[in-house]
Amino acid sequence: MSETGAGDVEAKAATAHPESNGTPALEVRSVSKYFGSVNALEDISLSVYAGQVTCVLGDNGAGKSTLIKILSGVYSPDNGEVLFDGEPVTFAGPRDARARGIATVFQDLATVPLMSVWRNFFLGNEPTRGKGPLQRLDVKGAQKIMRQEMAKMGIDVRDPDQTVGTLSGGERQAMAIARAVYFGAKVLILDEPTSALGVRQSGIVLKYVVQARDMGRAVIFITHNPHHAYPVGDRFVLLKRGRMFGSFAKSETSIAELTSMMAGGAELEELSHELQGTVDPSLKEVAKELAAEAPSNAQTPA
Amino acid sequence: MSATSPPIATPPAAAQDDERLVPISRLTRTLRRPELGSFLAALFVFVMFAITDSSSNHLWLKQTGIAAWTQQAAFFGIVAVPVGLLMIGGEFDLSAGVMTGVTAIVMALLVGKWHVDTWIAILITIAFATAIGLINGYIVVLTKLPSFIVTLATFFVLRGASTGGVLLLNSGSTQITVTTANPPGLHSAKSIFGSSFFSSGALPSGYSTAILWFIAVTIVCTWLLSRTSFGNWIFASGGDQNAARNTGVPVNRTKVLLFVGTALAAALVGIISFTQASSAVSEQGVGYEFFYIIAAVVGGCLLTGGYGSAIGAALGACIIGMAFEGVIYAGWDSSWDFAFLGVILFLAVIVNTLIYRRALKARR
Repeated sequence: MSETGAGDVEAKAATAHPESNGTPALEVRSVSKYFGSVNALEDISLSVYAGQVTCVLGDNGAGKSTLIKILSGVYSPDNGEVLFDGEPVTFAGPRDARARGIATVFQDLATVPLMSVWRNFFLGNEPTRGKGPLQRLDVKGAQKIMRQEMAKMGIDVRDPDQTVGTLSGGERQAMAIARAVYFGAKVLILDEPTSALGVRQSGIVLKYVVQARDMGRAVIFITHNPHHAYPVGDRFVLLKRGRMFGSFAKSETSIAELTSMMAGGAELEELSHELQGTVDPSLKEVAKELAAEAPSNAQTPA
Repeated sequence: MSATSPPIATPPAAAQDDERLVPISRLTRTLRRPELGSFLAALFVFVMFAITDSSSNHLWLKQTGIAAWTQQAAFFGIVAVPVGLLMIGGEFDLSAGVMTGVTAIVMALLVGKWHVDTWIAILITIAFATAIGLINGYIVVLTKLPSFIVTLATFFVLRGASTGGVLLLNSGSTQITVTTANPPGLHSAKSIFGSSFFSSGALPSGYSTAILWFIAVTIVCTWLLSRTSFGNWIFASGGDQNAARNTGVPVNRTKVLLFVGTALAAALVGIISFTQASSAVSEQGVGYEFFYIIAAVVGGCLLTGGYGSAIGAALGACIIGMAFEGVIYAGWDSSWDFAFLGVILFLAVIVNTLIYRRALKARR
């Protein structure tokens, strides 16, 4: 079943995105990943192109994080293949993926709180000077680059030896993105970058996503918030319980449609009815909101 | 496609005139250093023993006193500093103490009993220590068991095997002494490892060569920790393993190398003590593992990993050296050593916790 399923998705992807000609920067073909008896991912296919933002949407437990970890080299898929620039690849690890130009901002940001900002910025990719036993960190250079890159994100790092633990959540997010942009020559993967941010900071992050796209990078933007995905995305891939639920170009869908598909329209309506049957007034309020999100009512323009 | 530009606020203007910007004083920077607590404690202990010194001629402040405690400090510090690095990397090594004894025994057996050239014996001992370090390291990273348990097991295996082995090979005696008149290479090895320097009229026996090794180990470890990629990986492996892996740090390799480092440092102490005494006793070094951990913790290394300094661990070893010798100069019963060390450990940990919290939170 996986063979034919993959073919279907491939065919659909090809027809759905006639504008994306050329080789995808990064592509997965019918990959699956199992953890014990749990199918975290089943038969997922996805192509991302340079100069485009591909949004991967899904609710909690949809398999978004597992997909990221396959794309960034943390996991290798149990089935299917990963193609980089059209060539099948097996990443030896995140270091290997990054060396090929795939940089990832993980949801937990992959920062070490007790280490300074510049050490975090270059973690796993330290610039060095000198040769042989005298090879050492280029501390001055690293601090300078870090400050420049952080300034581009609108953050002035006052003290380069400041630990990341003393940064605010938004600043830490900005650091992780600045780091990925700096190292991500071709593909930039952002795992829920806006989930912990305020309105303004989310805005800055989204602006950065667009910037990276305009610089010709293939951006993969993982989120469960269609309101953040829709304005910046070129194509939208929906995951649900580890499976592909759909793949759309921006012209084929709307923010309301995305929202309802993500939440699972029918299920949402059902839940709404269920809650309306209760006596608790606050739950009734929730039911009303759910009904508004359900597909029958979802006509609000983006 | 990309026509829909997102409705986004402009980024904050030049951050130079951020009104919330507070300049960081030099004092605050100093207060944030992980070795501050141990430096203050070392100073306190030194002054305290200078005051309580009851020896004739007040030898504590003279070369005799300094030579005595620095030698003690060196023997602890050579291993305590790499143990500190290992702790920053998030692991423990309880087998380091017994390793100093086992490697001395390996040396004594090779040179004293089997008449191997001392330099070849040193190479064999280094290979042996590397193997033990690799075993500790690989068991920890492959089984993902706490290193506390893994190295505790290694500790007992080594302790039992060395005691039993010595009794078996040495016809029932626990001490192995070199009996040959002039074993090949021992003289030259002794001049490098187990000799002394700066001997004078005031101090005929001079300072132990171990002190130079101690300084060298501290400098190398400080360099490694603060100025190399490997140092960055040590901090990251202990600070947040997951983040380290996700950014591509070879966490397992880092940890295995750190275990090899502590085993090699222990072997250095074993070689020094054998060349100094031309003999070795089984059970030598048992119990030292706690002094190494105390030195590292007093020196600001977090028990949970991710924070600390090599210089701090070296200062911690100095405190232990001073405590052992100072009690003698003060004319106290040496049984009080341990109570004293306990109090110092306790106070240093409190100070270090405050520093650590400062590093993590405070901006001023």
